[in-house]
Amino acid sequence: MTDTAHPDTAHSDTHRFESVPAVRESLAKVDYLADEGIAGIVYLADRLGKPVLVEGPAGTGKTQLAKSVAEISGARLIRLQCYEGLDESKALYEWNYKKQLLRIQAERNDGATWADVEDDIFSDEFLLTRPLLEAIRAEEPVVLLIDEVDRVEVETEALLLEILSDYQVSIPELGTVTARQVPLVFLTSNNTRELSEALKRRCLFLHVDYPDLEREREIVMAKVPGITQNLADQVSRIVRSIRQLELKKAPSVSETLDWARTLLLLGVEQVDAATAVGTANILLKYQSDITKATKELEQDASLGGEAAAGAGKPWQRNA
Amino acid sequence: MPDAPHPAAGNGAADGSANGNGAATGGGAAEAGITAGRHGQHAGAGSASGTEGRRAGPDAERPVAATTLDDATSRLTEAGAGQALTELLSGFIVELRTAGLPVSLTENLDAMQAIQHIPVGDRSAFKYALGATLVKNAAHWRVFETVFEVYFSLRGREYALTDEQAAAMADLDELLSEMQSDQQGEQQGAGGVGDSMTPEELAEMLMKALAQGNEAMLKALARQAVRRYAGMEPGRPVGGTYYLYRTLRNLDLDGVMDKLMQQAREQAPEPLTPFEERLERDEYESRVDQLRKEIEAEIRRRLVADRGVEAMARTLRKPLPEDVDFMHASREEMASLRKAIYPLTRKLAVRLARKRRHGRKGPLDFRSTVRHSLSTGGVPIEPRFRYPRPSKPEIFVVADISGSVAAFARFTLHLVYAISNQFSKVRAFVFIDGIDEVTRLFEGTEDIGEAVHRVNTEADVIWVDGHSDYGHAFEVFWQRYGKDVGPKTTVLLLGDARNNYHATQSWVVKEMQHRARHVYWLNPEPRSYWDTGDSIIGEYATHCDGVFECRNLRQLERFVDHLV
Repeated sequence: MTDTAHPDTAHSDTHRFESVPAVRESLAKVDYLADEGIAGIVYLADRLGKPVLVEGPAGTGKTQLAKSVAEISGARLIRLQCYEGLDESKALYEWNYKKQLLRIQAERNDGATWADVEDDIFSDEFLLTRPLLEAIRAEEPVVLLIDEVDRVEVETEALLLEILSDYQVSIPELGTVTARQVPLVFLTSNNTRELSEALKRRCLFLHVDYPDLEREREIVMAKVPGITQNLADQVSRIVRSIRQLELKKAPSVSETLDWARTLLLLGVEQVDAATAVGTANILLKYQSDITKATKELEQDASLGGEAAAGAGKPWQRNA
Repeated sequence: MPDAPHPAAGNGAADGSANGNGAATGGGAAEAGITAGRHGQHAGAGSASGTEGRRAGPDAERPVAATTLDDATSRLTEAGAGQALTELLSGFIVELRTAGLPVSLTENLDAMQAIQHIPVGDRSAFKYALGATLVKNAAHWRVFETVFEVYFSLRGREYALTDEQAAAMADLDELLSEMQSDQQGEQQGAGGVGDSMTPEELAEMLMKALAQGNEAMLKALARQAVRRYAGMEPGRPVGGTYYLYRTLRNLDLDGVMDKLMQQAREQAPEPLTPFEERLERDEYESRVDQLRKEIEAEIRRRLVADRGVEAMARTLRKPLPEDVDFMHASREEMASLRKAIYPLTRKLAVRLARKRRHGRKGPLDFRSTVRHSLSTGGVPIEPRFRYPRPSKPEIFVVADISGSVAAFARFTLHLVYAISNQFSKVRAFVFIDGIDEVTRLFEGTEDIGEAVHRVNTEADVIWVDGHSDYGHAFEVFWQRYGKDVGPKTTVLLLGDARNNYHATQSWVVKEMQHRARHVYWLNPEPRSYWDTGDSIIGEYATHCDGVFECRNLRQLERFVDHLV
């Protein structure tokens, strides 16, 4: 590492966000309701010029966070979807060998010298940029999203390290490409495996969990147009109760939203046990989970025989 | 997704939360006031152990740390936070490390940098800034939170202990009179509240606060309850749990819960359906839970004030999830262990499936060959091959489920279940003195709880008396299933090898090793107990490819790492 100056210092005057509440407000404007922790860490990531590693159960808005941040900061979103077997040529860059081959063929007839050809075929023209290099070379502000980073093998993680700590890519034939602006980097992980220490050390860590009752209600209100306060409240309460059961896969926020939309379409105003059980397959994706939840929700039904007869009662809120 | 911007709804929600936030920080700003003042003595203690921590770190890094820390300090002083904060922070980090969190030097510096960008008064932002830079594993968050509460719990007016009486009283008075004006003088007139309240009145206030979910009220009441019921005296060598117990006993939260439910039933215009009742109960439970947390926090604050930060941090230290002993895990710890197993089995799957890459050739990789031929002007001098497909390993898990390893066995069964989700060919066997195959029990169900239950009730594992007999179990295993062990098979033996002085039949393990790819033994006993009494692990060990002490997740992980 010859370049000791951290890119951050050169760009210290171009921060995207004013303050933590400002982040929160502008995220809310694009319908992403961040809690204090999320907004605080996005703000810090911008100030410190560090990547954010977002971890948490599936469907809690990890990817959406990156998209929303790109939207509010007017940046272009560059996305790298990780999968098993991802390698350098698909993540960083690749030489366009077909074009190189053509060039060599063409040069052969002209009788060009060795040096000419070599300089030629390893120039920018023959370089295919992949998402990581593209984010580094971008002139305009970008948000780089490295999605589901836990899917790549441990060895492939090493590819990311240079970018994450120094915002540069070394190409042996060309030299080092340094970022023109510090991209805001988000890595998401579903925690299917432990990420390497080296990777974690370079990132700010953000654990996104299922939202609490109030926040989930607000999310439902914001994302499902036309829903009543009352229905949103019931939906989030029922989902909270279901999450407390020991399930294979607890309902995620996106499933809550799907469920709320379904109820709205069905014209349900009061969610009773029968409705909840009837539409449980939207919230839960395993048959064993559905059976369990159904059993739990209908528990004691035998005790309240006369109560069960009058289904669809106004559902009393206490506040 | 119908993301149609809904400005009205979105903004409304934002405004609401912003207001709530504002109110919270109003108190928070005062409370956080992370100033040195009254914490001189604790900060001093912090720096003393700070030296200790640095001694523990790598020698080469020490000077760097010193200069950079000074650097950070000077900048912090400019920011008005003061030297004491830096020292408190380094004491904090030492405590995190002692608790087992792997905080590196870089992360330490990141934390220092991060807090400069945070408004000094914002306590929760301060907490998240430290959390994001220092804690890189969600399972460690609880330990972090505890240490944080101890180190930064005494800041500011709200928690100030000198004029605490006055301040707390003022808060409570305010709230109480507010409530009374709300309720139109249903109680006695204002004044004469606070300490002069009778226990009945306190209980009534508590009911109301819980019924309304009034957070500020709950906080004030928690403080009042601790002062009244915990009977805390300075210097008394009793743990926090004792005070917690005393406070909760007097509050009788279960009774309160029943009353709340009763009230909810009465208030409903029509009888509640079981479903509605359950939702109500969940709501109240979460509020009661919050109250309990407030009480715990209050007791912790008072203990910290009494005994000092260092001592409290030591007493409250909890093991990290990966250090929890399988044999002595509580229910709650067991639940978190179960969650942690899944990433580990995935890793295990990857490790076991991996073939040595060099030396093995698959079919020609045309694309790669052409690609590499460029360096030789398009002449394919060096052909490239695809790697062979990773083979599918077969795993035989043979687990002792006798009483001596009962806790471990329960964990083992979860492990087996998790493994069988990752691999296509897993066969599970359990034994005490007889042995039985239980693969079918795991295959038939998606509910692990049910599978474990069925193993414990249906498996035929008792031959004579239900005391472990490894020798007999192994012998029968070999007779019945020995022919299925082949060169692709990895055998995992789980147990403490306490054989009740029966014959060892260690030739079975020897035969297994000959025929199988690997034989590993995981022993849940501490290494120092091995080969004492009726433990004959040493005799089996000579025929295994490896014997591992496996008492917690960290050791299990080490085993998985070893498999490379």
